[in-house]
Amino acid sequence: MSNPILLVENLEKHYEDVHAVRGVSFSVEEGEVFGLLGPNGAGKTSTIEVIEGLRLPDGGRVSVCGLDPQINPNELKSEIGATLQATSLPDKLRVGEAIRMFAGFYKRKRSPDELLNRFGLAEKRNSFYNQLSGGQKQRLALAMALVNDPRVLFLDEPTAGLDPQVRREIYTIIEELKAEKKTIVLTTHYIEEAERLCDRVAIIDHGKVIAAGTPRELKQSSANTTRVEVRLSKPVSDGALKNLDGVVDAREVDGAYVLHCQRTAPAIVALVKHLEVENNELVSLEIATPSLEDVFIELTGRRLRD
Amino acid sequence: MRTILTLASMRIRITLRNKAFLFFSLVMPMGLFFAFCGILAGGKPEKVAYWMGPILSFTVMGTFWGLSVQLVTWREQGILRRFRLAPIPASSMIGSSILANYVLILPTVVLQLVLARFIYHVTSFGNLFSVIAFVILGITSFGAMGLVVASVTNTMQETQIINQLLWFALIFVSGVTVPLAALPHMVQRIGLFLPSTYLVSGLQRAIVYRQNMLSLSVEVVSLASWAALAFFISSQLFRWEPEAKLPRNAKLWAVATILPFILLGIWENHNGKLLSTAAAMVSDRPTKNAPVPEKAQ
Repeated sequence: MSNPILLVENLEKHYEDVHAVRGVSFSVEEGEVFGLLGPNGAGKTSTIEVIEGLRLPDGGRVSVCGLDPQINPNELKSEIGATLQATSLPDKLRVGEAIRMFAGFYKRKRSPDELLNRFGLAEKRNSFYNQLSGGQKQRLALAMALVNDPRVLFLDEPTAGLDPQVRREIYTIIEELKAEKKTIVLTTHYIEEAERLCDRVAIIDHGKVIAAGTPRELKQSSANTTRVEVRLSKPVSDGALKNLDGVVDAREVDGAYVLHCQRTAPAIVALVKHLEVENNELVSLEIATPSLEDVFIELTGRRLRD
Repeated sequence: MRTILTLASMRIRITLRNKAFLFFSLVMPMGLFFAFCGILAGGKPEKVAYWMGPILSFTVMGTFWGLSVQLVTWREQGILRRFRLAPIPASSMIGSSILANYVLILPTVVLQLVLARFIYHVTSFGNLFSVIAFVILGITSFGAMGLVVASVTNTMQETQIINQLLWFALIFVSGVTVPLAALPHMVQRIGLFLPSTYLVSGLQRAIVYRQNMLSLSVEVVSLASWAALAFFISSQLFRWEPEAKLPRNAKLWAVATILPFILLGIWENHNGKLLSTAAAMVSDRPTKNAPVPEKAQ
């Protein structure tokens, strides 16, 4: 952690009466995939857009490739690539024209044809932008973000709103970029995305970084509990389950019951006994180690998607 | 410069794929051309020459409409913020729109001149250099007006309302659709505050009286200074983001762009010769106050 390519210190951002970013600090090393994980409205997009030079900060310091986004905006834009959450292209612009045009804005550039081939858009090069599916639009956005061979790639919610199959396609692309040692900063509210793609994650909530580390470190910090998810034939109260031997927490989530157990075996025995007494039946039982979602719940008392 | 050319080339391509553009920038001006030349001028070459001023003005002025609509749509849809991620200054973004407008509008202007020559047998367009200069000046200045409209409106609905109000004032109170001399005297005096009046007047005097740029310096300077002012203000007020707030005094700055025409309107109302020249051109006989034509048509 000696010479970070991206450094953010005490970043602040206000929108009228909303304090969106409250003293966010983190750093990213070259070749690292860094994730900002948090629910919608946590301040992830505001943070990343200040770093990209799209928004003015109200406090703090940002340095990307040694450049300040406010002092050297054009030099910075030549060094970075980005996909935005809310963006578009003109409807009647063809895919091939779009990528060639953006290549024309930079001195350092990659071959537009190579990028179209790589992102599976070669056959779509003559299609208009408004004829593309959501997944194709996102692949084009990624291709355009790489057109200047950026030193740092920013991906704001790269799979939001995409169906699971397309999401997996995007994951594969990001994993390939990761294998090439491309420095990537991504924001997401998907646990799977952060766990699968990121070397390090900062969990952000209400404009503050509430935890940071590798996904493994974060999960290990989660009080060493085991997650037991059960489905029952009849509903029971959360309180009854919480009082079982070995259980530290119990919540109903989408019709299932999620128990956090410090001692798994006694907890399961106690659960089965309780169900017998209540004349209830176990429909399914799943044991897993805690996810980043559990870490988030533990830190905030809320689910990520709430 | 390469960025401006790249953006202009993209704008031209996507605009030509837009059917609404073809209707408003080709079908409508050509419809007006045939209506004015065939009906109002009765197909007579000397009268067609007189009406070419209003026809070319109509074609040229229409550029502001598409330009403002495109810019606001791009801002609303988040297209501008994608461009903002690249090293593109606001001046290239707006400069490219004016450059694209030359390429998009000039073919219609040339077509109208060619058809006037071959269908209506107009043998002379007066001082052709002045005509071309006014066409270029008109595309630039009215395009810049479109940029100002886009910079002070937040939604497409707002833009369309402002555009319609401006359009009707510009075409009905300036000699574009009805000769200035045929309008009530009070309306003529209001028309002296509108840029379209000076565009029509400049084009008509260049065609009918063969006047050169020096003789038309009032029109040239007023349109050019308006274009420069509007371009500067629009680049200062340019907003990339859909949610970007308009500075408090922005609308005041936008209104300030018409300052050259407020001053010119006051001067023309007191000392000017524009109205008498306009009347002379309609009656086909120069008045005492009108500039003497260098060579009769």
